[in-house]
Amino acid sequence: MIKFSEIKKSLWVSLWFMFLTFPVMVIRVNTIENVIEWRWENMIFIGVGSFLFSFVWRYLLKQKEYGLKRAEEGGDIRPSLAQRILRDRKIFAPALTVVGIFALLFPYVFSLYQTNIMISALIFVMLGLGLNIVVGLAGLLDLGYVAFYAVGAYAYALLNYHFGLSFWILLPVGGALGMLFGILLGFPVLRLRGDYLAIVTLGFGEIIRLILENWNEFSFGPSGISNIPRPSFFGMSLSVHDSTIFIYYIMIALCIFTIFVVNRLQDSRIGRAWIALREDEVACQAMGIDKAKTKLTAFALGATWAGMGGVMFAAKTTFVNPASFTIWESIIILCIVVLGGMGSVVGVIIGALILILLPEYLRAFSEYRMLMFGILLVVMMVFRPGGIVSDVRRIYKFEGSGGAGKDA
Amino acid sequence: MPSLEHPVILDVRGLGMNFGGLRALDNVDIDVREKEIVALIGPNGAGKTTFFNCITGLYEPTDGEVIISPPGRKSEKINGLKPNIVTAKGLSRTFQNIRLFQNMTVLENVMIGRHCRTSSGIVGAILKGPATRSEEKAIVRDSYAILEKIGLDESVNEFAKNLPYGEQRRLEIARALATEPFLLLLDEPAAGMNPQETLELDDLIRRIRDEESISILLIEHDMKLVMSLSDRIFVVDYGRKIAQGAPGEIKNNPAVIKAYLGEDVDA
Ligand SMILES: Nc1ncnc2c1ncn2[C@@H]1O[C@H](COP(=O)(O)OP(=O)(O)OP(=O)(O)O)[C@@H](O)[C@H]1O
Ligand SMILES: [Mg+2]
Repeated sequence: MIKFSEIKKSLWVSLWFMFLTFPVMVIRVNTIENVIEWRWENMIFIGVGSFLFSFVWRYLLKQKEYGLKRAEEGGDIRPSLAQRILRDRKIFAPALTVVGIFALLFPYVFSLYQTNIMISALIFVMLGLGLNIVVGLAGLLDLGYVAFYAVGAYAYALLNYHFGLSFWILLPVGGALGMLFGILLGFPVLRLRGDYLAIVTLGFGEIIRLILENWNEFSFGPSGISNIPRPSFFGMSLSVHDSTIFIYYIMIALCIFTIFVVNRLQDSRIGRAWIALREDEVACQAMGIDKAKTKLTAFALGATWAGMGGVMFAAKTTFVNPASFTIWESIIILCIVVLGGMGSVVGVIIGALILILLPEYLRAFSEYRMLMFGILLVVMMVFRPGGIVSDVRRIYKFEGSGGAGKDA
Repeated sequence: MPSLEHPVILDVRGLGMNFGGLRALDNVDIDVREKEIVALIGPNGAGKTTFFNCITGLYEPTDGEVIISPPGRKSEKINGLKPNIVTAKGLSRTFQNIRLFQNMTVLENVMIGRHCRTSSGIVGAILKGPATRSEEKAIVRDSYAILEKIGLDESVNEFAKNLPYGEQRRLEIARALATEPFLLLLDEPAAGMNPQETLELDDLIRRIRDEESISILLIEHDMKLVMSLSDRIFVVDYGRKIAQGAPGEIKNNPAVIKAYLGEDVDA
């Protein structure tokens, strides 16, 4: 039964929305004929749409409250669908196989255009996983992450331009330079946390971009560097088509490598120290963890992936200029981590694929891209503040102990 | 009860701490002997927590000396050292306002305590060779053993934030024990516990002293617990030490009664 008060509430919502969007959605000035068009039909759409939407919204909110209450009463806390899939080997193994086969066949099934988009998405998967170490695990809000991405890209472009070094040498060099810059940024911000850290890292990112933009002798300024070679295949250079596919497979391999490393780190002594640092800095130190060292390793390791991602980006586009490394990129990567689920590897992968692929395939709505981004984030924060797949901690089993062996 | 022949393991001399114009601690002398349970009491705002923060390295004391003499090792001055170094030297603490790692499991909280007694690094974690594996196994085993002793082994995989309040306090003790201290500092361990839990805590603290040979310095407002547990008691008020002695002496000390005026001391 739908109560009258509910209908009244929704009516108010829809009236309010019609009023708010009236200037944008209804009035249009036709500059050719110099008349004002009144598009009343839009108002009807919005009215009906928001009326119905408010019902759905309140229903979902109620569901969420119900869930919270159950959790508080100590009743069974149902793990989310994603968590259940991750935990249950019977579902997880086949799912992984399907995803694996799909990933391997992708370039042969889909067009070159699609493959290129997928490469971008994979680069962002890698960046997301790297930033996840810094933000998701260690809890250090880094808004200048794109700087390390730029370091990697320019490392490949410049070292190749000046010294003719090959992709395969420069891929690890890019990672190492990223790490070096991570440590360079890490030192001055050791004492900062939260908002202060965010602002300093934001500044750092902008400084790197401004240097690249203005130091013409070094980085060729805003015009950037073009004709960067694609990776060679055992010394052979490939056609554009083949090398795109080759880059795709390199990216797949790098992503698997990243996932492997991040997974290992997460459940290691260092990984736990990062999480402890995120949870409570004071207690973390009081338990014998060196705060400075732990922060620096997080910055350094996070930046390493960004450096390698940058090299891949330069190799893929064969062109770098400062416009590719704006604060906007940092924010997208941060959104990937937050949306996917801080600290969760699978979550970050899903987040990256959604945030990079959706805008590509929804080109028709590209005007509304920012709007949809905003709505998506708000909805997420209201209904799933932990992200799509919230952080799952490892379950340890012990023999001969009652409750310990249970699988949650 | 340990006699006065036991060696002093913590010797704090003339400790002072200023916060701007506020003198939170003034010339405080406190010592703890091996296998002793010592209580530090005083009215709210007396400077007890500040005292803990000064000797565990969270604050750097303005003046005075903190000297430790761990059993079987040389004495050394530890004021001004970073908190993690102090912990590595064998002083471990709990917090008045619980500071657990909320989104980690109970077991992981204790595993963090093992951090300073283990050594595998990044490369070890990635390659996961035999040394790292066996160290990791040892961390899990030791942490679990501690939880069994504290009585939290039923909830190893629970998130720390989901534990009842009393158990959270016990988990803080377990985490502190995992760092292998020779002296355990407890900041109001019974706060928020019901009488039954307080009784169990009394027993637990005794067991830690007797079975693990760990000395204990505790801050507590629950006078019944303090009187029952402590070998000696120190009383501070407005940052100054106003009395010290055995529970019986403290109970009847006029200065203490005056400091606590209005508070229930004969419980
Ligand atoms: N970081 C700080 N900066 C400034 N003043 C502080 C700081 N920490 C403590 N103080 C002040 O020092 C005094 C002693 O505080 P402290 O927390 O040590 O009291 P306490 O004895 O632990 O009290 P309680 O029993 O309420 O826990 C108080 O007046 C407090 O306001
Ligand atoms: Mg206190």
